[in-house]
Formats: sequence, structure tokens, C-alpha cells
Amino acid sequence: MRQKLARAFGGIAIAALVFGGAACQAGDDDGDDGGSGSNAACGMKIGFFGALTGDAAGLGIHMRNGTKLAIDQYNKDNADCTAEIVEYDSQGDPAKAPALATQAVSDQKVIAIIGPAFSGESEVADPIFQSGNLPTITPSATRPSLSTKGWSVFHRGVGNDESQGPAAGRYIKNVLKAEKVYVVDDQSAYGAGLADEVKKVIGTPVGEDKVQVKQTNFSAVVTKIRNSGATALFYGGYYTEAGLLLKQLKGAGWQGTMIAGDGVNDANFITVAGQQNAEGTILTCPCAPATSAKGTFVTDYKAAFDNAEPGTYADVSYDITKIVLEGLKDGKATRADMLSWIKAYNKAGAATGVTYKFEGNGELDPTQVIVWAFKVQAGKVVPDVEIPKA
Amino acid sequence: MDFDGLLRDFPDLTTTGLEQGAIYALVALGYTLVYGVLRLINFAHSEVFMIGTVAALGTWQAMGYNQNSSVNGVGLTLLLLLVGVAAAVAASTLTAVAVERVAYRPLRRRNAPPLAFLITAIGASFVLFEAVGLFSDNLGIGGERGPFGMVRPFKPAELFSIGGWTITNTQLLTVLSAIGMLIALDLFVNRSRMGRGIRAVAQDPDTAALMGVNKDRVILLVFVLGGIMAGVAALLWNVTYAFSRFDVGFLIGLKAFSAAVLGGIGNLRGALAGGLLLGLVENYASGLFGGEWKDFTGFVVLIVLLMFRPTGLLGESLGRARA
Repeated sequence: MRQKLARAFGGIAIAALVFGGAACQAGDDDGDDGGSGSNAACGMKIGFFGALTGDAAGLGIHMRNGTKLAIDQYNKDNADCTAEIVEYDSQGDPAKAPALATQAVSDQKVIAIIGPAFSGESEVADPIFQSGNLPTITPSATRPSLSTKGWSVFHRGVGNDESQGPAAGRYIKNVLKAEKVYVVDDQSAYGAGLADEVKKVIGTPVGEDKVQVKQTNFSAVVTKIRNSGATALFYGGYYTEAGLLLKQLKGAGWQGTMIAGDGVNDANFITVAGQQNAEGTILTCPCAPATSAKGTFVTDYKAAFDNAEPGTYADVSYDITKIVLEGLKDGKATRADMLSWIKAYNKAGAATGVTYKFEGNGELDPTQVIVWAFKVQAGKVVPDVEIPKA
Repeated sequence: MDFDGLLRDFPDLTTTGLEQGAIYALVALGYTLVYGVLRLINFAHSEVFMIGTVAALGTWQAMGYNQNSSVNGVGLTLLLLLVGVAAAVAASTLTAVAVERVAYRPLRRRNAPPLAFLITAIGASFVLFEAVGLFSDNLGIGGERGPFGMVRPFKPAELFSIGGWTITNTQLLTVLSAIGMLIALDLFVNRSRMGRGIRAVAQDPDTAALMGVNKDRVILLVFVLGGIMAGVAALLWNVTYAFSRFDVGFLIGLKAFSAAVLGGIGNLRGALAGGLLLGLVENYASGLFGGEWKDFTGFVVLIVLLMFRPTGLLGESLGRARA
């Protein structure tokens, strides 16, 4: 008697689970073209993968904010069928990336990744995303070789260092007109690649050296730069090391100008270097200034994040997240469908104004790539000028 | 191999190398003392140093000075330095004693095998720096796991120049402080009653106890001395770099420990010699081969030296008649 009761209960419980599970499945009607809310994919997750704590967190936090803003706005408009952000804090460290990437791939609700933010972590995480067929769009990883590895899931929402590096080189040659340039990089996938691209344009630098990520004592390279007579220093790497290097350089009496790439393009650079020391530094970015973004992006960002100004790539993250969100609205509920959606996408972004169209290898359409130079002035990073194409 | 560059930069590489080496030396003294008395490699000592830097910068921030403040006047500079050194030494000593009480003493009571001490030391190190990294935002000193900026008590400036050799104020302060602290510690260990107790416990703990030396108090004293050295090193670090981070102790600790071994583990003067030598070798290697070979060369020198002189440059001797 009790056995029959137990079996009956068990059967009802299992049936309830099965029907409940079926009801919770993202509604995906076959053969229906999307557009209406009833077809949208619900309850899916969009992952943000990047440095949210650590020495380069300033960069990751702004990108995460852009992603979060897009998702929050989408959820307000689609309250019955929302999407969720999942944050994967890699601390910008390639050593920490694989475990997090595996975590993302195994969570079947994660339908796309915005990121990985840095090139070093992309090199180790993207193969894992590829094996799980999890589409990614990075707002900031600029190492050119990432698009040559044959990863169908890889997409880049900005130009790569083959545009940024030469643009920085042209700025040094044509605008600064610096004769003696010293080149330093931090041996990271991003920094070393960018420095190499710059060297191709400026020719042989008066000296070059390498430092390490997490290094604090730059006395040897400071000595070398000072005694080489260089008037300009190009640094390939991230803002903490750049700030420390510049602080020690100025402390040793060097009067030249530092030029660095998008990895240094963050307000925290000024915090680490010190306002006086950072003054006049030139920072590039394969993006237009986020503070001049179109539409209501800047006001929305400030309202959502404690009146903070949007930082580098916040607007790019916002736009590429919207690509994924539009796919969700259209009913793309599987990773394969989302991947085809991204590959077929061809529309202008609301915040950047860039038309997002990805080539076969995942690179952004070359006609859409722009590189801007920014300057540190009066304790803030302000836009300087768009660097013209060669 | 850039010999011309090395020759041209030799004076600056030497002075800055000695500056960095002096900081290694002070931290190395902590390692060498604890090893000499307890035969224990105190991996948590690197965090004792890091917490010293954080305490100094936190105190300065509480006084109202951060990385954007400018310091005018010798009086204010001296005040900041005194307050900084007091805060750093206090925090470092407290941390060292706390680690001893919480992590090592229970193991000693139970006669734990040496491996247990080693793992506990490493574990304590991780706990301390991760704690600082995770709570730094709440403490208001910087973002989670982020870099910490701080006020500069005085601007680095050239003091004087002899021949091609320029010496800056931070370099003079750092090297003189390290030498001064070593002399003070050396005198203490060799001439004072408590120092004799330390040497006795280092030589033979049980016989020392039979002779009336309070072993527990001596061990506490050793950790306190190490903490004081680390606290001074922390202040000098803050003055030289005006920068800290939750994991700044890790690399410094590793190099300082290597410097202690280089100079002779258990030998106080060896710690100074090892530290200064490591600082110089790193800078010369950067000048000669390039920045990426700095650590490689430093450790190659360590290995080669140990191959020819396994007890280090000046030999082990805390337990012997001389220190």
C-alpha cells in the first residue's frame, strides 16, 4: 500500500518537473520569423568576461557597465522576457581565464560572451569558447593574431592593433615630430604586439626594452631611457605599469612625452602616475571618445552609474551587447542561432554610430575602423584628434 | 649584450640597484632571523611587509594626504615620515606576532613536522594578501585588488653629484637606513642580554631552556625584530615608489628570501650583503641584457654561487659565536 503511494507521488513529482521544465523552455517556434515579443528568447544569460578587479580593473569595469546598461534597458522594455548578465572576473590574467571560460561554456544558459576584454586572456579562453560553440564579441582585445586562429566564434567590435599601432606611430612622427623615440612593452600579448606595430612605422627606435606586468621597480629602464636622450616614449601595456614607469621617469628628471595605447587609456592611469606627472601624455584608442557617444548613451550611463563619465569602450560594449539582445528578441535561443545572427548582422550601433558588420574572420569591417588620440589634460583624459588613415 | 649601455648607465644602475637592494636587505633580515632561530622559512613575512606599506599609507590618508597632495615644508615631511614609520612598524610587528601566535605556536606545542609549518606559512601568506586585496575597497585605500597610490613625503631630488655619480635623497635615505638598522640589530643580537638569548636558542633550544632562557619569549622577540625591520622597509618602499598593492609582498618576499640565502641564511650581515648584491645584479642584468632577463640573471647568480659556496656568501652563523 505504502509502496503504491510512494510510486504515485514519485510519478506525479516527475511529471510535474517535466512539464514545468518544458514550460520554462525558451519559446522557440519553428519556422516563425521573429520580431514580436512572444517569440523572444527568455531567461538567457550574457556573460561579461574581463578584469573587474586588479591592476587593470578600470578598463573592465567601464565595459561591464556598458554591457549592464544595455541589458538593464532591454529588461525594462521586455519585463516579461528578460536577459541576465553574468560576470566572469578574470582580473585580466591569462592564468585565471581558462577556468572561468570552462565555467561559462558549461552553463547552457549563457548564449554569448561580451569579451574577453584583453588579448592575453583571449588567447587562452577563445579556444575553450570555440569548443563550446559559444559566440563572443570582444569590445577591446586588439591583438591582430586573434582573428587568424580560425575561431568561428571570435568577433571584434573595434579595429585591431594593425590599425592602432601604425596610427600611434604616425602621430609620433607627424604630430609630435619626435626624432628619438624609446619603445618599451610589458611582454604581454597585447603590449608586445602593439609595440611591434609602432616600431614598423617609426623605424628603429633610439632604444627598446621590456618590463613585466606587476613590476614596480623600473629604475633600470628609467636610467636607460633618460640616458638615451629620447624625447618620446611609446609604452605598450596596461595603465598601472605605465603610470609607475612615468612616475619614476619624471622623478628622475625626464622631460619627454609618453605615448601609449588603449590599455593605458583610463582615468586610473592618472591616479597611479600622479596628476602632475601624467600631464601631456598621449593615449590612443581604436574607438571614438565614449564621452561623445550618440543618442542618450552618456546621460543614461551617468544616471545608472553614480554620475561617472563613460570610460574607454563603454559605448562599444553597449552597442555589441545590443547586437546580442536584438538576437534574443528575434528568438535566437541557441548558441548556433546566435552565432549566425551575429555573423549576418549589419546595422549601425546606437551609441558609437559604427556600422557593425563582421568579416569572415570576425574582424570589424575595415571601413568602420577609426583611431583617436586622447590627451591627459588637467587631470583628465580628453579627446585630442582623430588620427587620419595613412 | 649592450656593454656600451652598461658602461654609460653604470653609475645610475649602481645607485638605484643599491636602493632597491637595501629594501631587499631589510626584508631579508626578517627571514634570516626566523630561520636562524626556528629553522622555519616564514613565508608570511612578505605580507608583514605589505601590511606595513598599507598601514603607513592608510595613516597618511587618515591624516588627509593622498596621491594628489603636495607636501611643503620640512616640518610636514618629517611629521609624515615619523607617523609613517610608527604606523608601519606597529602594523608589521603586530602582524608578525599575530601570525606567530595563531599559526606557528599551536604547531610548536604539538611538535608538528616541519612540513606543517611550511604549509601553514604559505597559507597564512595567502590569507593575508587576499584579505587585503578583497577588503581594500571597503577600507577606502583603493579598488579591489587594485593599485594603491599615496602621498610622497618628499619629492625625489638629486642631492649631490661626484664625478658621473648622482645620488638622490631617497637613495641616501634608503641605503643609510638599511645599514643603520643592520648595525643596530647586530649590536642588539651580539651585545645585549636578550640578544644572547636569541643566539642561545639558535644554537640549541633545549640547552638554552635548561640554562634559563625563556624560549617562547625569545621566539616572540625574534618575530618582533623581524616585524620592525619589515616596517622600516615598508616605509622606505613607500617613500621610494609611492605605490603599493595587495600582492606587492609576494615578489619582494621571494627576492628577499633569495637574498638571505645568497648572503648566508641565519647570518645578519649576510642578509645585507645578499640584498645589496641582488639589487645590483638585477640592475646590471637589465642594463646589459635587457629588462626581460632581470629575474633570470638574478637567480642564475644565486644558483651558481650556491653551487660553489652552499652556505652562502658569509656562511650560516646565527648560532655560532658571531652573527
